Amino acid sequence: MRRAVSLFVDFVRSQPLGIVSLVAVLVMVGCAIFAEQVAAFDPEAIDFAAMLSAPGAEHPLGTDAFGRDILSRLIYGARTALAIGVLSSFIGCTLGGAIGLASAFFGGKVDLVAQRLIDMLLSFPIIVLALVVVALGGKFIIAGIDVNLILAIAVPTVPRAARVIRAAALSVREMPYVDAARAAGYSDWRIILRHMAPNVTAPYLILFTAYIAQAILLEASLSFLGLGVAEPKPAWGLMLSGTSANFYQEAPWMILFPGLAISLAVFAFNLFGDALRDWLDPKLKT
Amino acid sequence: MKRLLGLLMLALGFAAPGAQAQTPVRGGILTFAVAAEPPTYDCHQANTFAVLQRVSAHYSTLLKFEDGKYPNIVGDVAASWIISPDQLTYTFKLHPNITFHDGTPFTSEDVKASFDRVKSPPQGVNSVRQGSLVKVDRIETPDKLTVVFHMKEVDASIMNTFASPWNCLFSAAKLKADPKFPERNIYGTGPFKFVEHVAGSHWVGARYDGYFKPGLPYLDGFRAITMGAAATVNALEGKQVLAEFRGLAPNERDRLTKALGDQARVQEGSWNLHMDISFNPQRKPFDDPRVRRALSLAIDRWAGAKALGRISPLHDVGGVMRPGGEFAATEAELETMPGFGRDMAKNREEARRLLKEAGQENLTLTLTNRNIPPYVAIGVYVIDQWRQIGVKAEHQQVELATWYNTLNNANFDIMMDSYTDHSDDPTTGLVKFLSQTKYPVSSSRFDDPELDKLYMAQWAAPDATSRRKLVRDFERRTMEQAYVVPLVWWYRIIVTSPRVNGWTMSPSHMIYQDLATVWLTPQ
Amino acid sequence: MLKYIGTRFALMLPALFGVAVLTFVMLRILPGDVVAARMLAETGQAPPALVAQERERLGLNKPLPAQFLDWMVGMVKGDFGVSMWTNRPISEEIGIRLGLSLQVAVMATLIAVLVAIPLGTLSALFRNSLLDYFVRLITIAGLAVPSFWLGMLMILGLLTLFRWSPPVTYTPFLTDPVGNMAQLIWPALAVGYRYAAVVARMVRSSVIEVLREDYIRTARAKGVFERLVISRHALRNALLPAITVIGLEFAFLIGGLVVTEQVFNLNGIGRLFVEAVARHDFTMIQALVMLTAVLFAIANLAVDICYGIFDPRLRTK
Repeated sequence: MRRAVSLFVDFVRSQPLGIVSLVAVLVMVGCAIFAEQVAAFDPEAIDFAAMLSAPGAEHPLGTDAFGRDILSRLIYGARTALAIGVLSSFIGCTLGGAIGLASAFFGGKVDLVAQRLIDMLLSFPIIVLALVVVALGGKFIIAGIDVNLILAIAVPTVPRAARVIRAAALSVREMPYVDAARAAGYSDWRIILRHMAPNVTAPYLILFTAYIAQAILLEASLSFLGLGVAEPKPAWGLMLSGTSANFYQEAPWMILFPGLAISLAVFAFNLFGDALRDWLDPKLKT
Repeated sequence: MKRLLGLLMLALGFAAPGAQAQTPVRGGILTFAVAAEPPTYDCHQANTFAVLQRVSAHYSTLLKFEDGKYPNIVGDVAASWIISPDQLTYTFKLHPNITFHDGTPFTSEDVKASFDRVKSPPQGVNSVRQGSLVKVDRIETPDKLTVVFHMKEVDASIMNTFASPWNCLFSAAKLKADPKFPERNIYGTGPFKFVEHVAGSHWVGARYDGYFKPGLPYLDGFRAITMGAAATVNALEGKQVLAEFRGLAPNERDRLTKALGDQARVQEGSWNLHMDISFNPQRKPFDDPRVRRALSLAIDRWAGAKALGRISPLHDVGGVMRPGGEFAATEAELETMPGFGRDMAKNREEARRLLKEAGQENLTLTLTNRNIPPYVAIGVYVIDQWRQIGVKAEHQQVELATWYNTLNNANFDIMMDSYTDHSDDPTTGLVKFLSQTKYPVSSSRFDDPELDKLYMAQWAAPDATSRRKLVRDFERRTMEQAYVVPLVWWYRIIVTSPRVNGWTMSPSHMIYQDLATVWLTPQ
Repeated sequence: MLKYIGTRFALMLPALFGVAVLTFVMLRILPGDVVAARMLAETGQAPPALVAQERERLGLNKPLPAQFLDWMVGMVKGDFGVSMWTNRPISEEIGIRLGLSLQVAVMATLIAVLVAIPLGTLSALFRNSLLDYFVRLITIAGLAVPSFWLGMLMILGLLTLFRWSPPVTYTPFLTDPVGNMAQLIWPALAVGYRYAAVVARMVRSSVIEVLREDYIRTARAKGVFERLVISRHALRNALLPAITVIGLEFAFLIGGLVVTEQVFNLNGIGRLFVEAVARHDFTMIQALVMLTAVLFAIANLAVDICYGIFDPRLRTK
């Protein structure tokens, strides 16, 4: 506990920008977890009498074509964005990381095959891969979340994470203590988990935060195209598509605020990722 | 002020033929937007406006709807006709000087070949309206300018079939050489020749000087550009296109009238296009009519049309026929049918009672819907309505191919769909409410002999009065059994440049697209 | 040098083959029947007999490996097959649209290169100054702002401020340069902003890296003018990673184009791709994915060659 606090203080001292972004991230997380308490309105409550109202006292950010409160939808949207973002990033980075680790450790044929597979997956632009996965799976809903969408967003992350973790693991593999462990007869798994894995934690954490940002952006794009989250669920990208697009001259707040939310969220996570990287790996400081 | 302007435009729009006492001017190219690409060039095998709004200008039909006077039917290639007193023989005399776009003469053989193709399509041709000609026994051509249709029995809708914009007249010779010729080739007798089609971009037609109607067409040519709704509104505002002939949403119209003032001509009216939901009786509990009726009762169609009408074209309340059409129910008649009652508290109570009786109080279901604007809006509305009777609905929005596959495989609980017709004729209009097992265009698979009986009876009805009564009975049974129920009807809003004259506003975006009488005020 | 290029080229092929196999397999396990869906969409009915006939005609009943082989052989001959949705040759469908997308991509690249390289360099030179913070801010913003939202804001801005919207029909540059630019500059900017941000960040970090190198310090200590240092040493070595990024991101522009073409209603391959996905037009999706993969492979190859030219050490690896 004390070590955690001292780490935190160290982070704050050295990364002023990091603090700003951390605060932003925490605000998002707060909205996501406590949406019911924070939001004034039910995000799916239709109120035609209040449709398309400009930002005002009752609806600080205005309402959309169904009279739904935009601020409340943004707050609940944070939950959707974070849920999808964190889950996809976690699945992608962990799977990719595992592949990278295995590839680095076992080397030889395993590495060669894994490398070619990674190259292949990297040939697809992210959205292209995501679109194909979405088309493949249809809708596969568990607990209100579309599993297929999460997979679609996680898949492009796998090769990129694998590449980075492999490079990090390779540099550790040459370390003397790994040789010593081998010589002592420790099993492969033990060496990987106890010696190599902790040393790739730093790049893993950086990747994880960076790809949350990426995932949020990708989800927004997919929902915008009508292939992501569906109405009436609140999702930032969804708020920019369909009905909103028809109204953006008479009700510009309908596209202004969701777009700002996406940008700020991605901005915060990217900044946080940068700060994290600068703090964890001073050699890479830019 | 906006309202007044709109009403003024409306008045102008409908008074158009008379008020436009100005003489038509020859010349100019009409540039207009079309929201989708044409999947084929063949009218007989098509079912989308994207095809007709391009090819109607190149082809003629036997009869057509009169310019400026919907729903009057007049002749297109037919100069005159005689109907036998028993309504079993229809004799048409054709105009003598009709030619194809390369000068080849057009004869009664071409009419026969075209209708035969619709009625008995050769292998590999998917004739969509084959069912509309089942009552035709045979077609004869005693001479080059006479066509005789012999009927097996009375067909109350046959004149509508002859006037259908889908029954384009092709060349008998070309069809004989290649039955699929019209799929990729345009060769017709219409007012415009085909120039080019660049996929995804534009379609160009030019005046055919040998057109059989003297003085027509006025336009030098037309250019149909493919673009989505948002781009269309921008293009209309920026004056890059002069018209759009399907229909815009109310907010799009408002935006254009605000930006363009009198540089936008607005024509509005009811639209022969409705949203409906189909239940899947092959899945429990939708095999129970109480459940279906409850779900239909819970939807407040009157309030829905009013609210949705402000953000989308979903504006009018109607039953199985277009409100305002010849065979539609009056508001008083509608209110007596389940689903159209004004007392929503009572309706919701009845819905809850029915669900409880059927043992489905905490029903959860999936609504399969498309993921494009007006569908999304009404989907959101309907789900909210069901929430108010304690039904939890998952809104499953799918993309195009999945939606059609779901339809085909009956892979849904409840499905949102739309249906349009080119005229108010019940035979073509009521088909959507029948079973998919007999009529592929429908979406629900069930067996209701009573409904079938009423449908066939109206098709053979000897006069309009008896027909109207049969349609009412059909409507009541549809709402009571609730296999497929109408929700709201669309409202057609056409915004064009005031330079566009001679185009007829009607409840269908499938007709009046031959553009023969359209002319442009010079700039 | 030739041997170097040769090996790089040879390594490209298995990856491309892998992409082909993966795409083919993925798309053939797509649920549903696109032929039936198409018939339903076009005609409102899909009689099983006609669907079966059409499937036979399209060669969909052949065993999968045979279909794969047909496709591969076809591609080598330049025949990408036929779209499952429109029935037209895919090369035709792509051909009509490729010019527009390529032009937007090239314009976006030019914007990125012309703006990002100077900005990134200046930002690195004047590190931690106001200019640096400003550049860092707008580059991170560039990575955060969704390009389709930027596009929507642009259109909104143009309409509100100037009552003007970009032209809706595409005219090739040589036919009507003004009209062409008026239409395509906006999507190029929307897509190019992100591209420029990525490049600027890369240039900045690599210039900083290079400035720290010992030989630069020595050069400075020897009293060489600042400018000379920058132009001869720093910039050349900083250029390599920048070239990498420019090359790789170019192939990935299609990702930005996919959404941006929707917003600006451009008849390009991005929009074609989205339509193909919505329709489950698997032959079209296959073709477009291969096109992107080939572009990426070529970009990679070009970058490797540049590396080979600039850094002889690599050639001997």
